[in-house]
Amino acid sequence: MGIEIKNVKKVFPIKNSNIEVLKDVDLSIADGEIISIVGGSGCGKSTLLRIISGLDFATKGEVVIDGKTVDGSTKKDIGVVFQEPRLFPWSTVEKNIEFGITDKLTKEEKKKKVKYYIDLVGLTGFEKALPHQLSGGMQQRVNIARSLINEPKALLLDEPFGALDAFTKINLQNEVLKIWEKQKTTLIIVTHDIDEAIYMGNRVVVMSSKPGVVKKVIPVELPRKRNRTGTDFAYIRRKVYSEFFEETEELAEYVI
Amino acid sequence: MKEDSKFKEYSGSFLLAIWIPAILVVLWAIGTNSGALNNSIFPTPQRLFSSWKEMILSGKYLNHVLSSFGRVFKGFFIGSLLGITTGTIIGLFAGAKKSTVALIGMLRPIPAIALIPLFILSLGIGETSKVAVITLGSFWPILINTIAGLSTTDPKLLEVGTIFDKSKREVLFRIIFPSAAPYIFTGLRLGVSSSWTCVVAAEMIAASSGIGYLISYGREMAQPATLFIGVFSMGIFGLIIELLVINLQKKAIYWVPNAK
Ligand SMILES: Nc1ncnc2c1ncn2[C@@H]1O[C@H](COP(=O)(O)OP(=O)(O)OP(=O)(O)O)[C@@H](O)[C@H]1O
Ligand SMILES: [Mg+2]
Repeated sequence: MGIEIKNVKKVFPIKNSNIEVLKDVDLSIADGEIISIVGGSGCGKSTLLRIISGLDFATKGEVVIDGKTVDGSTKKDIGVVFQEPRLFPWSTVEKNIEFGITDKLTKEEKKKKVKYYIDLVGLTGFEKALPHQLSGGMQQRVNIARSLINEPKALLLDEPFGALDAFTKINLQNEVLKIWEKQKTTLIIVTHDIDEAIYMGNRVVVMSSKPGVVKKVIPVELPRKRNRTGTDFAYIRRKVYSEFFEETEELAEYVI
Repeated sequence: MKEDSKFKEYSGSFLLAIWIPAILVVLWAIGTNSGALNNSIFPTPQRLFSSWKEMILSGKYLNHVLSSFGRVFKGFFIGSLLGITTGTIIGLFAGAKKSTVALIGMLRPIPAIALIPLFILSLGIGETSKVAVITLGSFWPILINTIAGLSTTDPKLLEVGTIFDKSKREVLFRIIFPSAAPYIFTGLRLGVSSSWTCVVAAEMIAASSGIGYLISYGREMAQPATLFIGVFSMGIFGLIIELLVINLQKKAIYWVPNAK
């Protein structure tokens, strides 16, 4: 699913003034591509994802998906992993994940699928638990599973692994990449973790804030599966870091 | 071991709950038996309990209790049915809310009890008017809380429904109603205690049975023991109903930790 973000501008009225959250964001994402977005807190990353998914609308410009302009009415083939878990507190882990299924399936098929994704995110044994009985990271994994089970053509992930420990995080990154290889899902991943951005993305989009603009798009032309400790990886990491701290080349050296 | 400590915990909190009432009973016994309290108004505990026992053994007490409970059950049932359905409609449709907000604001402050004379005039002195008072008394809190519950669904959860392309029906049953459930239960709890107040008030004005009737009969016949049996019964059954509802609420909204 190709996604064209065309000159998107977003203005929020706060009290009497308007704040410009996104300004002229222009980005063309190919079908089956993985885009990582990094940028400071409050630069408009979540807002951009909301506009792409049709939950919010652009003040100016448009998002075109497979030739169709996104508006509130388009059928959703897009999945979203929200920044917060957003689970139903009254539903068990199983039921929360099952909510993500939109295809018509029999009870048996659903059950099998739910079990598969519970295993995938490492929550076996917690099928019947309620969200308030889970840790923050576990809730987030339910949130991820609920979106993955839907097998959307494009998936927008808003800091999906932020609340997870390094080990679980790397595991889930690889699981998402496996799914991507199999289903050729278009992925947009917002993250604060530069290594994650480089590990996952075909391109890393660096945004800067006030107003949020695309500052730089850095291609990551490394073969999968990528080696986070390799020199090529380090070279790209340095490039991304220098976008954040451009004044000090030394800092970039230091970080590496 | 575990059982034992649990038992200790329960008996401990029972003792804590009971010590003030126990002291009051002792004070009451001292006051009435020493003549400090007028015995033609305040019966001695011995007198009260023997009349109570007599009434229970003769089967009359059960009759009074059952007729009050029967009225509460009918009135509360109709009141909650009406309250939840009307509340759902008003809560879901902005138009319905806008066109009823003034009406509700105006009618709600009128206590159901104030309308007893009107109900008697229009519905007669029989069961219908009593049930109508209870219906109205439970209707308001249930209505108001249902409206509040249905119109305050977390938009973040509603967006989850949108993203997964759920039908209106599914959103209603899987998101909106469950989020409203704690509010609706609060309404039901307030409604049940209001029903109880209403039944007693209605029976005091026009009835030949029921706990409220015991109170007005005791007054008319200058039988303070009967009057107090009525008063204490109100308290005791009020408490029992409250505990039952709280228990039910805990089970029904199991996902709210420490639901009270
Ligand atoms: N509904 C809204 N009304 C007004 N302002 C909003 C609204 N939503 C977001 N904003 C503003 O838009 C800006 C960007 O918010 P957004 O949530 O997109 O940031 P973000 O890049 O996702 O940040 P973070 O990394 O902290 O999640 C913020 O300044 C925020 O105050
Ligand atoms: Mg965000």
